[in-house]
Amino acid sequence: MIVWVEKDLCDGCRRCLKACPYGAIEIKEGKAEILDRCTACGACLEVCKAKAIFSDAEPKKIPDFSDHTGVWVFAEQRNGRLNRVCLELLGKARELGEALDQEVCAVLLGSRVSDLSQTLIRYGADKVYLVQHKALTHYRTIPYADAVEALVKIHKPNIFLLGASHLGRDLAPRISRRVGCGLTADCTELSIDPEEKILLQTRPAFGGNVMATIANRYSRPQMATVRPGVMVAVPTPDKKGAVVRHPFQITESRIGVKVLETVREKKTGSDLAEAKVIVAGGRGVGDAQGFQILRELADVMGGEVAGTRVAVEEGWIPPENQVGQTGKSVRPEIYIACGVSGAIQHRAGMMHSRYIIAVNKDPRAPIFQVADWGIVGDLHEIVPEMIRQLQASSG
Amino acid sequence: MDSIVLIKQVPDTTEVQLDPKTGNLIREGLKSIINPDDAHALEAALTLKDRFGGKVTALSMGPMQAIDVITEALGMGADAGVLLTDRAFAGADTWATSFTLARAIQQVGSWDLVFCGRQAIDGDTAQIGPQVADWLGIPQAAYVFAIESVNPKHITVKRRLEDGYERLQCRLPALITVIGEMNTPRFPRVDRLLAGCREKAPIRVFNAADIGVKTREVGLEGSLTHVIKTFAPKFKREGKILEGGKESVVRELIQRLKASEGATACRAFASACEL
Ligand SMILES: Cc1cc2nc3c(=O)[nH]c(=O)nc-3n(C[C@H](O)[C@H](O)[C@H](O)COP(=O)(O)OP(=O)(O)OC[C@H]3O[C@@H](n4cnc5c(N)ncnc54)[C@H](O)[C@@H]3O)c2cc1C
Ligand SMILES: Nc1ncnc2c1ncn2[C@@H]1O[C@H](COP(=O)(O)O)[C@@H](O)[C@H]1O
Repeated sequence: MIVWVEKDLCDGCRRCLKACPYGAIEIKEGKAEILDRCTACGACLEVCKAKAIFSDAEPKKIPDFSDHTGVWVFAEQRNGRLNRVCLELLGKARELGEALDQEVCAVLLGSRVSDLSQTLIRYGADKVYLVQHKALTHYRTIPYADAVEALVKIHKPNIFLLGASHLGRDLAPRISRRVGCGLTADCTELSIDPEEKILLQTRPAFGGNVMATIANRYSRPQMATVRPGVMVAVPTPDKKGAVVRHPFQITESRIGVKVLETVREKKTGSDLAEAKVIVAGGRGVGDAQGFQILRELADVMGGEVAGTRVAVEEGWIPPENQVGQTGKSVRPEIYIACGVSGAIQHRAGMMHSRYIIAVNKDPRAPIFQVADWGIVGDLHEIVPEMIRQLQASSG
Repeated sequence: MDSIVLIKQVPDTTEVQLDPKTGNLIREGLKSIINPDDAHALEAALTLKDRFGGKVTALSMGPMQAIDVITEALGMGADAGVLLTDRAFAGADTWATSFTLARAIQQVGSWDLVFCGRQAIDGDTAQIGPQVADWLGIPQAAYVFAIESVNPKHITVKRRLEDGYERLQCRLPALITVIGEMNTPRFPRVDRLLAGCREKAPIRVFNAADIGVKTREVGLEGSLTHVIKTFAPKFKREGKILEGGKESVVRELIQRLKASEGATACRAFASACEL
């Protein structure tokens, strides 16, 4: 894209010189001359009375992408175990694939992971692209990006979904940059626009205070990452599918990174922002011991414990576990408020949770107004009963 | 060991207030701050400088007022700052932002490390770091919470995984994205802050021409993704009070949860979803 001056037409009026925001025009021997600094912004074209300045810029067009088809899912595995999120994504991919009448493919990378192909097929993949290489045993950014880039460039998918896990968030931006396609992070909703047939990608912004729907009209694949636990895995036991193997070569010197050690650790500090289940307590819990029981419920459900400002002020939980206007904003799938009245300052931090459950003695407590399901009763009886029944059902 | 730190000015979303009537975000009066993860990234670069010497440059793209975060960085101990500001940069998605930042980094001169925050609290994408690394053609280590050692050829770091961490040796030059657990950012020193506000402060301001990009490659025009709609999140709450004895209300609650979209989030139901 360039801007140039037809010298014959230029009368040296200097209007363009004044209009250029970048100081990229000079007058030489009475004629305007465009310098290398030009950014092709077009300001000079508008002011040139003699119509002596030209540009080859055309309005941005939406390219024809009819050669891009298929809904792809990245099949994240570590140590030969699939991350659940990829099965959830396959569930969504099937739905999108049906809306577009396009096939669903999984991309599986690793070494000695071919067994996992059958699981991917059973959860919805029509085809599994399998790349196996020693260098892919442990996840490392560059070999994974190289392998996926090659597949995308050969097979030209229309949509490509990855889990917004640590691995997915490390890899997806690299692929998007390589392939030259847009990428939307942490989507919570995906659907196909019925007219334009493009992927509508909805995600929270501003700490979950606003939702934004994003479209990717100018590049393919339409790439998005999705938080674990948002979509639903749908097993289809009798499903058939094909495994397509792809060769791969890489040298260690290209990779630049060595994994020295992988250490498994039980999480120490609670991470409310990422928790899928939060059991929150308020004044009604009564004492620090009461929070022990909430902790037990959280453990059974695989979640974290939080509380109101009152619970923090009483010293029952640490300040970093406070939810609300002056605490944290959280957005778990399940929020269980026990002995919490539901003051506006507390609700500000938890009202965007997917499901809210309230346990409170007082049927008029405002928390019930924002709850999906409420139980009017003493939390000291209800919570242990929940633990008992959950343990029995998972037993 | 010369570093470039990418810092972004963001509205303080932890201070967000909601309109009690509509439940919508009140945008007026939102304070602007240095993105929290980026303050940790800057601290990491300054700690390396304290130990091994070298120069730290803070780089930010944003409106003119983003110069405040550069000044703050100088106050904390950065040697120089670069502000990328141009109307043409506005409205960029991560594709256009990472392109612009990478071009500016190439312009700044020599460096061994680029530090970023893991993610910005306004966009929450965590995409800029890896994308910038790819534009620059260098390796990356994301979610870093400790630097074990550095030598002229390599950096060894610990990076967070969902269930533990990984020790990674990474060739230099490299890009590191930093998470909050890494360190506690130092407070700016008043004399340095004041010096950072003076006319002679070591801050360079670049526009599109200064970094050699075309306006169509950056900002909204250069973006590949576009926001087509924004709305306040609203879930229809069932608002149902479950009635009956202790055992039966809890049973009903668990059944409802199990049948809901939230079921996959709960470990107790995991056995029902085979893996
Ligand atoms: C500027 C400002 C900022 C604030 N920021 C925050 C914030 O970030 N986070 C926050 O949480 N608060 C915040 N607050 C405080 C907030 O206004 C409320 O005071 C607080 O949230 C109430 O906490 P609570 O629900 O634990 O206590 P209470 O309001 O006292 O409610 C206790 C509830 O427990 C129930 N209960 C009692 N015993 C039992 C039992 N055995 N079984 C079942 N239910 C029982 C009661 O019926 C009652 O509804 C803020 C206030 C101000 C002014
Ligand atoms: N406009 C910007 N200026 C400088 N750095 C940025 C900018 N946007 C993002 N970054 C850096 O990239 C990181 C990740 O941002 P994001 O991908 O938006 O979550 C941030 O923590 C910053 O270090």
